[in-house]
Amino acid sequence: MKGDTNEQALLKGLASNDSRAIETLYKDHFGMVQSYILQNNGSYDDARDIFQEAMIVLYEKAQSDNFVLTCQIKTYVYSICRRLWLKRLQQQGRYSQSVENLEETVGVEEEIEDHEKRNAAFAIMDRALGSLGEPCKSLLEGYYIQQKDMQQLAEMFGYTNADNAKNQKYKCLMRLKKLFFTQYNIGE
Amino acid sequence: MDDILLQEAVERYLKNEMSEQERAYFDQLRTSTPEIDQMVVEHAMFQHEMDFYANRRRIKSQFHDTYNKLLQQGILQDGTEKTTGGKIIQLFHRYKRVTGIAAAVGGAIALVISGLVVYLSPVNNNQLVQLSKDIEVIKRNQQYQGNLINEVKSKIPENARLISGGTGFMIDTKGYLLTNAHVLKGSGAVVINGKGEEFKANILHIDQQRDLAILKIDDPEFEPMRSLPYGIRKTKSELGEEIFTLGYPRNDIVYGEGYLSSRSGFNSDTLTYQLQISANPGNSGGPVFNGQGEIIGVLSTRQAQVEGAAFAVKSGYIYSMLADVKKTGADGLSNIKINSRSSLRGMERKEQIVRIENCVFFVKAYEK
Repeated sequence: MKGDTNEQALLKGLASNDSRAIETLYKDHFGMVQSYILQNNGSYDDARDIFQEAMIVLYEKAQSDNFVLTCQIKTYVYSICRRLWLKRLQQQGRYSQSVENLEETVGVEEEIEDHEKRNAAFAIMDRALGSLGEPCKSLLEGYYIQQKDMQQLAEMFGYTNADNAKNQKYKCLMRLKKLFFTQYNIGE
Repeated sequence: MDDILLQEAVERYLKNEMSEQERAYFDQLRTSTPEIDQMVVEHAMFQHEMDFYANRRRIKSQFHDTYNKLLQQGILQDGTEKTTGGKIIQLFHRYKRVTGIAAAVGGAIALVISGLVVYLSPVNNNQLVQLSKDIEVIKRNQQYQGNLINEVKSKIPENARLISGGTGFMIDTKGYLLTNAHVLKGSGAVVINGKGEEFKANILHIDQQRDLAILKIDDPEFEPMRSLPYGIRKTKSELGEEIFTLGYPRNDIVYGEGYLSSRSGFNSDTLTYQLQISANPGNSGGPVFNGQGEIIGVLSTRQAQVEGAAFAVKSGYIYSMLADVKKTGADGLSNIKINSRSSLRGMERKEQIVRIENCVFFVKAYEK
């Protein structure tokens, strides 16, 4: 049962962006995934990307309130990576000789499906932000992603006061929302 | 400016930053002004997506940094530069993988062992009763293919009476033969190979439950064989598999072929397979081969009323009998070695038979 509580603690750490937990997860599981991908027609970069995707799935799962992992993290991560990789190979019209490791796998279809939906939403926001242009992009990123307040942003972007920054941010936000919702509604 | 204030209010409302009074006022505003309500709903959705986006951006860059940090420390590898430390770590990783595989293989072996235990244990305890009952039923309902023989042969001791006969086949080049228990009704036996050479043989072991018996050729004229062409199959065989047999329903060896028609024998007896093959008295104890030249069973009985329905003791029970025998440490049996590899794969039937023929014997049991 010790392993169990360790894994629980690790997931908790991951959910709260704890860098030690993230490092542990990388140390413990990356090698396994890397060798799987290298054996299956993939590159080192593919391994890095696929593993990061799987970590995102695990992270977003760990953050949800009703999340219970019914198998070992190792099995879960491996299953996700395997599924993602086979899917990517398929999309690229490449095939692997399907070298299977002896690792066990669990069903992760649901997770993959959810993940793809979220990926689509992420891509829409990313494109919308990207097509905003500067300084809007950096201003909004500063506000929403780096979570800086208006005073800090005013200093960073050289506005005379926070109200000017707020004004600018409002204009940018309206443009972003418009861009986002056009794409988003089409996506729906 | 009003729009900006309104937008700010919506954000504060959604972030729960309003005072109770302010909030109540805003709620009222929402119900009375559909435009404001619409704005709140829309922004809530946008905010949700933005939070998700921001959250993922942050964790992505954190993952990215972690990866790069561990790469620099040599803990992870990306196939480019390798520092000395990295090499050791890589070796460690390789070693870790090997131990992982070893552990998995160990797990698989454990599974196989537990499978074997499951496979064997019922025979050793409660199923025994049932099996012996089944055998009783068979005895009443079926006729054994033991052959009554009244010939007199040189190697049979004088004043000994031949009482039964059947077929046997070599399972170990040192002269160990396998046949049915019911073939050996007497106290001794002689065996004759395809060339007509006769050898004296001792009865070493009789297993009534499995209806199997082991003989050993004990004759100065016998020369151990170099190898056996066939193997004995450990695992179960498939329904519909083509099979053939060689046996001695008469003085000359006779070939017969058919197919595996059921995974269980008479009255669902799990000890045996049901075969569709023409079998006659004297075929008892004969080997049943599949197309690859693996022995899948020992022909033992047939159903009296049904044309062509014969039963063969499954080859797996040869292994379990030998395992049991070796546990009891009976003399002369502990050095029997049987193999499961057949060297007859892909050969034409005629060629297979030529190679098998000399390993199949006519067994005659006598009573002194």
